[in-house]
Amino acid sequence: MAFKIVASQCSACGACEFECPNAAIRMKGDTFIVEAAKCTECDGDTPRCLGVCPVENTLIKA
Amino acid sequence: MILFEALTGAAGAKEKTLETSSGCSSSACGSSSGPDDLAPEIWAKVKDHPCYSEEAHHYFARMHVAVAPACNIQCNYCNRKYDCANESRPGVVSERLTPEQGAKKVLAVAASVPQLSVLGIAGPGDALYDWRKTRATFDAVVKDLPDIKLCISSNGLALPDHVDEIVAMNIDHVTITINMIDPEIGAKIYPWIFYQHARYTGLEASRLLHERQMLGLDMLVARGVLVKVNSVLIPGVNDAHLVEVNREVKKRGAFLHNVMPLISDPAHGTHFGLTGQRGPTAQELKIVQDACEGGAKLMRHCRQCRADAVGMLGEDRGQEFTLDKLPETVAIDFAKRDAYRSQIEAKRELHAFARMAVKPAAETALARAPLTVAVATKGDGLINQHFGHAKEFLIYRADGAGVKFLGARKIADQYCQGGLGEDSSLAGIITLLSDVDVLLCAKIGGCPKGELKAAGIEPSDDYAHEFIEPSIAALYAKRGAEIPADA
Repeated sequence: MAFKIVASQCSACGACEFECPNAAIRMKGDTFIVEAAKCTECDGDTPRCLGVCPVENTLIKA
Repeated sequence: MILFEALTGAAGAKEKTLETSSGCSSSACGSSSGPDDLAPEIWAKVKDHPCYSEEAHHYFARMHVAVAPACNIQCNYCNRKYDCANESRPGVVSERLTPEQGAKKVLAVAASVPQLSVLGIAGPGDALYDWRKTRATFDAVVKDLPDIKLCISSNGLALPDHVDEIVAMNIDHVTITINMIDPEIGAKIYPWIFYQHARYTGLEASRLLHERQMLGLDMLVARGVLVKVNSVLIPGVNDAHLVEVNREVKKRGAFLHNVMPLISDPAHGTHFGLTGQRGPTAQELKIVQDACEGGAKLMRHCRQCRADAVGMLGEDRGQEFTLDKLPETVAIDFAKRDAYRSQIEAKRELHAFARMAVKPAAETALARAPLTVAVATKGDGLINQHFGHAKEFLIYRADGAGVKFLGARKIADQYCQGGLGEDSSLAGIITLLSDVDVLLCAKIGGCPKGELKAAGIEPSDDYAHEFIEPSIAALYAKRGAEIPADA
């Protein structure tokens, strides 16, 4: 399981990329994407990316 | 009776100004900060910064580059998907720049705007949380433009972590947005903060934010960095509280306090906009600013410019410098920049002379009731604007201590539309100026003149094309002489 970013809602601020402990998020085109293979959902803790994302319902479970 | 004429000569008042000075028209504002009332080393730092020195803001331009999109808090007045109007940060709707693009834009502007003296990074998110991008931009610019001043604006949460680097990079101006020192009030403004990889909400979030802001402020002051505090005035939430913020930040050594009105509109999709939290009226803002006098020095000339704004404080030339319009290579003419600086010094002396004349004239008025005056001007410190063409009015107060600039008030639509007066505009103007006693302009038509008079605002073109402050001082003195001493 992993998280994914709803591209149409993403404001491309880059905070999630900055916070991800596994470097699983990167920029693609005008928005950001999560590389599912690298995402560990922060091992059960509250996911960091979700915590910092400013737009609601944009970082969701894949 | 008009002393300034003897000093500058009538020609001085009508002198055509530099082609480049087309922005803000106030010729002195705030608790006039000139060389006399500041320590020399501080004056040296602020004299060319248009935000930190009200005198400098007539001559110098600043620009912001929107290179820092990531933010670590959420404020109820900000919608990250919309250009935030309050903290002068565009969001994603307008042009966001990479550090390289930002640097290129700065150099292009410096090449064609010789009065550019400050580069600020204010967003669109938080300049310190997104430090990598802020630092990269500054590094790139300083290489080619070593004389530019660097400036940062931030919510302060990440500030303590970056003070060392701020000092190392010679960033000697930092603005922190402090809307509260009481977490209970903060909880109404900040739904959440993100700190040390975790989200905090409610009282705990505001408590943390407050502690980090105070710590950051203390650290900067200890290292000799000039700190300006921005506060967003939110009626019903922190209006009574801001005077406490003012006293606290002054105690801790902040250089300037800028109280700005909340800009709130449901169309922005911000929490405050959608829940009907309104911004303050011009009069409410003035009341809070006046209450703060005597504490931390107030900035009165803030124009709440956009994070990608370019130009003197009253204008925005950003559209001339969008990415697609930037030239491939840029050559900066340093000789032109230096020449401009010399011209500035000459102009500054002229204005200083004009302002010197103000004090003696006001003194003769003794302890009369203060006079609130609105001025229509299009620049250079002169009363040179036709009432019908004014897009904003500069508000001054004259009393026994002298003439003081209180702020600028924009109007929605100018009165004169295509040669005819608009009644609805006039009604709006009258509301905006309801606390004004006298309105000075270069010219005014009979109809608006009558309406203003009926509303208790006395219009006058007696001082058309004269310098602003000396005219107000003369008017005030004249009033004092006309009223019997025991009235």
